Amino acid sequence: MRFLRPLAAAILFAAPALAPAAALAKSYKHITIATEGAYAPYNMHAPDGKLIGFEIDLGNDLCARMKITCTWVAQDWDSMIPALNAGKFDAIMDGMSITPARLKVIAFSRNYSQSPTVFLVKKGGPLATMPDTGLAVSLDDKTAADKAFAAIKPILKGKTVGVQVATIQLNLLNKYLKDTVTIRSYKTTQEHDLDLAAGRIDAALASTAYFVSTLGRPGGNAFVEVGPRFTGGLLGQGTGVGMRKSDPELKAMFDKAINAAIKDGTIKKLSLKWFKVDISPAS
Amino acid sequence: MMAELAFLFGVTRKLLGGLPLTIELVTLSVATGALLAVAMALARSASRIAAVLVSFYVFVFRGSPLLLQMFFIYYGLGQFAAVRDSFAWPALRDPTFCAILSLALNTAAYTSEILRGGLASVPSGAIEAGRAVGMSRVMLLRRVVLPLAIRQALPAYSNELIAMVKSTSLASIVTLMEVSGIAYALVSETYRAIEVLSCAGAIYLVLIVLLTRGVWLVETWLSPAGSRA
Amino acid sequence: MGNALRLVGFGPTGWGGTLLEGAAMTLALSVCAYLLGLAIGALCAWGRLSGGRAVRAMIDVYTTVLRGVPDLLVIYLFYFGGGQMIGAIAHLFGATGFFGLNGFMVGTIAIGLVTGAYQTEVLRGGYLAIPRGEIEAARAIGMGRLLMLRRIIAPRALRFALPGMGNVWQQVLKESALVSVTGLAELMRQVNVASGSTQLPFDFTIAGFALYLALTTVSGGVFMGVERRVAHGERMARKQRA
Repeated sequence: MRFLRPLAAAILFAAPALAPAAALAKSYKHITIATEGAYAPYNMHAPDGKLIGFEIDLGNDLCARMKITCTWVAQDWDSMIPALNAGKFDAIMDGMSITPARLKVIAFSRNYSQSPTVFLVKKGGPLATMPDTGLAVSLDDKTAADKAFAAIKPILKGKTVGVQVATIQLNLLNKYLKDTVTIRSYKTTQEHDLDLAAGRIDAALASTAYFVSTLGRPGGNAFVEVGPRFTGGLLGQGTGVGMRKSDPELKAMFDKAINAAIKDGTIKKLSLKWFKVDISPAS
Repeated sequence: MMAELAFLFGVTRKLLGGLPLTIELVTLSVATGALLAVAMALARSASRIAAVLVSFYVFVFRGSPLLLQMFFIYYGLGQFAAVRDSFAWPALRDPTFCAILSLALNTAAYTSEILRGGLASVPSGAIEAGRAVGMSRVMLLRRVVLPLAIRQALPAYSNELIAMVKSTSLASIVTLMEVSGIAYALVSETYRAIEVLSCAGAIYLVLIVLLTRGVWLVETWLSPAGSRA
Repeated sequence: MGNALRLVGFGPTGWGGTLLEGAAMTLALSVCAYLLGLAIGALCAWGRLSGGRAVRAMIDVYTTVLRGVPDLLVIYLFYFGGGQMIGAIAHLFGATGFFGLNGFMVGTIAIGLVTGAYQTEVLRGGYLAIPRGEIEAARAIGMGRLLMLRRIIAPRALRFALPGMGNVWQQVLKESALVSVTGLAELMRQVNVASGSTQLPFDFTIAGFALYLALTTVSGGVFMGVERRVAHGERMARKQRA
């Protein structure tokens, strides 16, 4: 009988897995928006602990347009989506790309920014001579994508690439370069930056908009972006506000507000303020 | 319900893929930690300065969270070019090594205290008796002091072993894919946190129950007359 | 080095204030979790000592599970599932809506439950260490159950359990670092955030070490002081008796 006790304990422990999901709140006078606070310049912590960045400015602007109040919470990236669905907060603004995989579990507003994915390496390192640097490659175009990966595979062979966990960039590596490189996944993009500087990885893969902050930090001039600038396909259609599927009214409100913010140039203005380049969507 | 069970089964199978690494982390760090602890106990009795250094080490590692220690060893030390250019870098570059190092340093601090308690509990009469019958220092240590000390320290040490199995779950923060590392990756892939984490929890639970039974057997074997007093 | 000092310090670009706030949060979380764990531990110790078979078996399962699952997993489980569970209970009573648990509540409950399992053993050990004669004597002079609990059992068990309780407190302080995964702005979280933003993990982990050691040392001293006072009181009582 002794062995039965741990078994019973294990079953009891797994019981919450079968608990029913809670119902949803439907009043939008006030919402809570989650961000990571570690994905500069989209969002970051100031030394006094406050959240600042492109998405904080934009989110506050959108909330004002929707005539609701909003509070911000900092939240780890890798648990963002389950925490949203568990009702910890109502919306995600964390440079999260709109992808088919994510659309299965949450809803997105229309996109509010777009930026290609690129490799970051050490200047003068073995990967600094990666071909096709600066070439725009859409993964929707299969021939162009295959050609681009065929061109960079030889130089990447056997190298280690760091990437943030649960990102479109990790999906890209898994789909196209799994057999070519060793993939190491990190909780935050800042941590793969640390390991790139320390030389534990040969390259980091992230969006160019994020690398604006890496390159802008003290010591950032030791790095350089190389290889093609990937967009489309599994990289999705730019970043949007993530929401629960059960909140279609909130999605409609965000869509309307973002459209207005694009139209009157607010997103472009904020983009230039934080990224120095315009990453606002075309329309 | 069937789909649910199939999902849980699939998750458990994937999680078990991380079990070898978890076990590797536990065994290597526990073994290293035990050696370090014995070395520290010897150093403590050998010189005053060593005793002070060991006390400081124990103070720091028992007084701060393992998460911080691991973060320090992996990211903190890598910050300096001097470290990166040193002979130690090929080892420190490797996340598995860093994880084992921080786990071993942590458990060594706790183990050395447990060992100290065990040694202090050996009755001086037993040692005198051993001397009286003409045992050599080594023989005295092997046949009298260590068995008594270990017997005394075993319950506390078994708690430490359990704590170590649980602590390996922190290795995921230095990018290792042991059981919980895989669990977190699965959570962010499937977005089904509770199911995945429950499966992972069940795996650890079984592991620890088995370990507890094992230690219990050793305790029984070590106690006088081969049975529990 | 001057730059690093400025960043760890208290100036406009310094993270010192944020780190100190984090340390205060760590302390607040630890105190709440510890008190919860103490309450759970006392209940479970009582249940194990005088409960029926079913109660004892349930407490057994509780301590086995909570001591056999990594604390990080327990915290995550409460973070994702705690709201659902409470929500499900609340729905039975007709309430609707989300029952979000914030990081502080999740941390308090998770660490309280985990250390409650340890506290159970500590308090049970404390009770078992009371010389049987004292309890018999109390009974002999006709003390009621409650009075006996208040005047004899609780103070005596507490005195024997104090060292173990001190250990659990240290454990709570260190485990609170794991709650950083919920985004709660405690010390470990702030060390992480500052390390990432400044890309100076060495400087900020050292600052983290200093603050955690200060917390564990000072609070450890408080526990030792209490222990000494209790022991002193006992010696005095013995002297008077002699």
